[in-house]
Amino acid sequence: MRHIKDDAVLDKFRLRLVVAAGLVLLCFVLLLARLVWLQVVQYAYYQTRAEDNRISLVPITPSRGLIVDRNNRVLANNYPAYTLEIIPAQTENIGHTIDQLAELIDIQPGDRKRFKKLLAEGKRIESIPIRTQLNDEEVARFIAQRYRFPGVDVKARLFRHYPGGAFASAALGYIGRVTDRDLDRIEDADQEANYRGTHYIGKMGLEERYEFALHGITGFEQLEVDSAGRAVRTLSRTAPVPGNNLTLTLDAELQRIAEQAFGARRGALVAIEPATGGILALVSMPNYDPNLFVDGIDSASWKDLNESADRPMLNRAINGVYPPGSTFKPFMALAALAYGKRTPEQAIYDPGVYQFGGHTFRDDKKGGHGSVDMYRSIVESCDTYYYMLANDLGIDRIARFMGQFGLGSRTGIDLSNESVGVLPSPAWKESRFKQAEQKKWYAGETISIGIGQGYNAYTPIQLAQAVATLANDGVMFRPHLVKFITDTRTGKRELIEPKPIKTIALNPEHIKIIKAAMVGVNIEGTGARAFAGAGYTSAGKTGTAQVFSLKGAEYKKHSIHEILHDHALFIAFAPAENPKIALAVIVENGGFGAQAAAPIARQMFDYYLLGKKPSAPAPVVLVEGGVD
Amino acid sequence: MTTNLQTVLRIGWHKFIAPIDVPLLIICGLILLLAAVVMGSAAPERMGAHLRSLAIALMAMRVMAGIPPHRLMRLAIPLYCFGIVLLVAVALFGDVSKGARRWLDLGFMRGQPSEIMKIAMPLLLAWFFHQREAHRRGRDFVVATLLLLVPVALIMRQPDLGTSLLVLAAGFYVIFFAGLPWKVLVGLLVSAVATAPVAWSFLHDYQRNRILTLLDPEKDPLGKGFHIIQSTIAIGSGGFLGKGWREGTQSQLEFIPEHHTDFILAVFAEEFGLLGNMLLLTLYGFLIGRGLMIAAQATSLFGRLMAGAITMIFFTYAFVNIGMVSGMLPVVGVPLPFVSYGGTALITLCTGVGILMSIHKNRMLVQK
Repeated sequence: MRHIKDDAVLDKFRLRLVVAAGLVLLCFVLLLARLVWLQVVQYAYYQTRAEDNRISLVPITPSRGLIVDRNNRVLANNYPAYTLEIIPAQTENIGHTIDQLAELIDIQPGDRKRFKKLLAEGKRIESIPIRTQLNDEEVARFIAQRYRFPGVDVKARLFRHYPGGAFASAALGYIGRVTDRDLDRIEDADQEANYRGTHYIGKMGLEERYEFALHGITGFEQLEVDSAGRAVRTLSRTAPVPGNNLTLTLDAELQRIAEQAFGARRGALVAIEPATGGILALVSMPNYDPNLFVDGIDSASWKDLNESADRPMLNRAINGVYPPGSTFKPFMALAALAYGKRTPEQAIYDPGVYQFGGHTFRDDKKGGHGSVDMYRSIVESCDTYYYMLANDLGIDRIARFMGQFGLGSRTGIDLSNESVGVLPSPAWKESRFKQAEQKKWYAGETISIGIGQGYNAYTPIQLAQAVATLANDGVMFRPHLVKFITDTRTGKRELIEPKPIKTIALNPEHIKIIKAAMVGVNIEGTGARAFAGAGYTSAGKTGTAQVFSLKGAEYKKHSIHEILHDHALFIAFAPAENPKIALAVIVENGGFGAQAAAPIARQMFDYYLLGKKPSAPAPVVLVEGGVD
Repeated sequence: MTTNLQTVLRIGWHKFIAPIDVPLLIICGLILLLAAVVMGSAAPERMGAHLRSLAIALMAMRVMAGIPPHRLMRLAIPLYCFGIVLLVAVALFGDVSKGARRWLDLGFMRGQPSEIMKIAMPLLLAWFFHQREAHRRGRDFVVATLLLLVPVALIMRQPDLGTSLLVLAAGFYVIFFAGLPWKVLVGLLVSAVATAPVAWSFLHDYQRNRILTLLDPEKDPLGKGFHIIQSTIAIGSGGFLGKGWREGTQSQLEFIPEHHTDFILAVFAEEFGLLGNMLLLTLYGFLIGRGLMIAAQATSLFGRLMAGAITMIFFTYAFVNIGMVSGMLPVVGVPLPFVSYGGTALITLCTGVGILMSIHKNRMLVQK
């Protein structure tokens, strides 16, 4: 039996159903009105538009912007090459046509695969390449037989070219064929329309980072097509706008000298103009030839690059992380002054070892340096001084101070996927490790942090930024490779403004003391041999980073396999009184910094400041053992 | 012997068709037939796949029709929670496809969990109001709204505006039919209009572009505006009678993008004209009418709310899709119900039809 209340509720519900039905009706009437408007009232108009739609828009790919160095030397350009292309709408049997073409011209399975993929994505009226980079003989062979292949033609297309080959590959990167992931990126940037007809896209380096600036604006051609979709004639053409040109802060000649200086050695170098943050040279060795990627890399070359033990595809300048070794010491000394833990004159006695918590920390110099003040601690690179200092400062102060110089955080260089490195601190250890025992920070771990070992790990770009900031008296710039972007249409330049990120609050007196000690390094210290007779004053600091720790054993270079040799480091700037260039260089497994890394810096400075060009890779300077 | 077998078969057959509502089946069948015809023109190469997913969808319909409402109600909470968990999983580990995180790869299957919510959401809310029937309070509407906004926010974040609007609509219909006070409803409408400029600032760039493109499609003839321009040309040039099956130049020359999925109406309208459109609208009208009738005759609150909401969802699909393809509404990813290619949507829709059938067939059983 139903209650009256139930009926009332039901009636209310039914009223709502009626309202809903009314809404449905209203909306359907609206739709119908719209359809009547389109299909009856406006029929004639749309009928004509559909007829006009026999006009098809075919995209014209713009030529990609150039990349030039600060002196307008071309690092990346485009060259015309012939491609064999098929317009599917004009070809009866595509598979058969390709088989016949293959009898004339070498067509690899990879070419067929790409063609199939592009065919599935594109419109049937657009010309799709089946073979790229035809040589003259192939072009001639096809032209003679062209009558047999309706809808197939040879077209001149522009291809990316890196005239220097492997030169500056770490900065330039490369372009390659558009993949699904690139399509996502294009869609995210809302650039689908502009990328119609574009088959290549920046994958790495500047090519990747500045993709949308370099690409340009796609033009289009209005083609009249017949009812079967065949192009009858061209009605109009909107020219594409070429991509913008990138002018780099990079100095190609300096870059070349740096790359030559490495010879066959592995490593990285970053040179920065301290007053702007502009990168003068960015080296990762070994490098690779980006030209290999332009039209899709063949699997053998790809395998070579990827499986090489030297890892050429690793951009060591921004993704290699290394312990800074003794190059950490000037910053440690600066921290000591800033926190009032040392005065410049205060000397310690170094017996050659430092005991802490039952553990013995060795100094590199057998028997020790004796009495050492701050100046000598940097010039001679005394470890014991910094073991003690690290203990007196404590890990929290060290981490806070070094963090200010950008160590352990991304510099913001205009290259993607920069590594963070490790600025060790109790908080970092807490988040890095899983087990409670490992999470704890031990006081003994602070000691080796003081000489740039332990958990310390920074990228060369971070070290370069830190030394450039020091050279610049604490004023920090974001390191960048692009100086300005030129709009090819208007000629207008978009300058990458060198704005200081921040100024580290440092006492100018303290900076002066540290700089004086770093000048001492290159005059009478560990860098003296490399910089003998330079003709300008330079400031530097050598470093040697242990690849693995030798517990108690004596370090004998020749007895250990080469890849276990220490990394050689050097940070420097010059001229010391008015720094124009600051750099960090790392030679992997190069041994002592003074031997392998400092001579590279010497060649760089000699060219940049004096215009002297070296004739051979940087020499390895022999120094007596135990200096670093 | 033969008679025995015949009896068994006859009983089996009766059991099989017992839960099926014939009027609904006929209406859906006619729409699906139209769908197959237009698919044969828009994407004949996908016909096989389309028929396969259609078979699965019809099975889903039959299965749902056989589940009585009180059993269905038991699924409300688990299904809703399952959907939420999947949505969170998508947000955390989903595959990014076309710039949005919508897909989840579960190893054995890859699916769009947001689809589940189109059923799970009205199911949960209908169950919720059913539970509260005896002691209804104003607060229930607040709780229901919160339950609704969680998945909507998650789907919107993917970002998938189309699906989030459908889920929002599904939940809203339940709340509306449950008796949301008119005052609140009017207040919501007014505040929605008032806050539109604020909402604008929360939209993604691509969503804003779609709205801007709607206002002036000629501005972006190679990109987003292209879809709208080409589909309105296709519809308009179809005229009253249409150009005939497989004769649509717009469709056959591939001027219409996504011509077998969201924009299939443009192909249909070009080839079958206004006459075809009126037929389609009439069929949708019948479908919605039958659904509302089932809601009106349902005896439990759950049945009424569920049937009303599902029916209105069908309406929303149809209205939003036709409105979008004909250039009245911005482009959001909503398929034409029962017609667009795409298995997931088809299964969801047929599941809805199955639930409608079950509510109708079981109306006598739950009567007090």
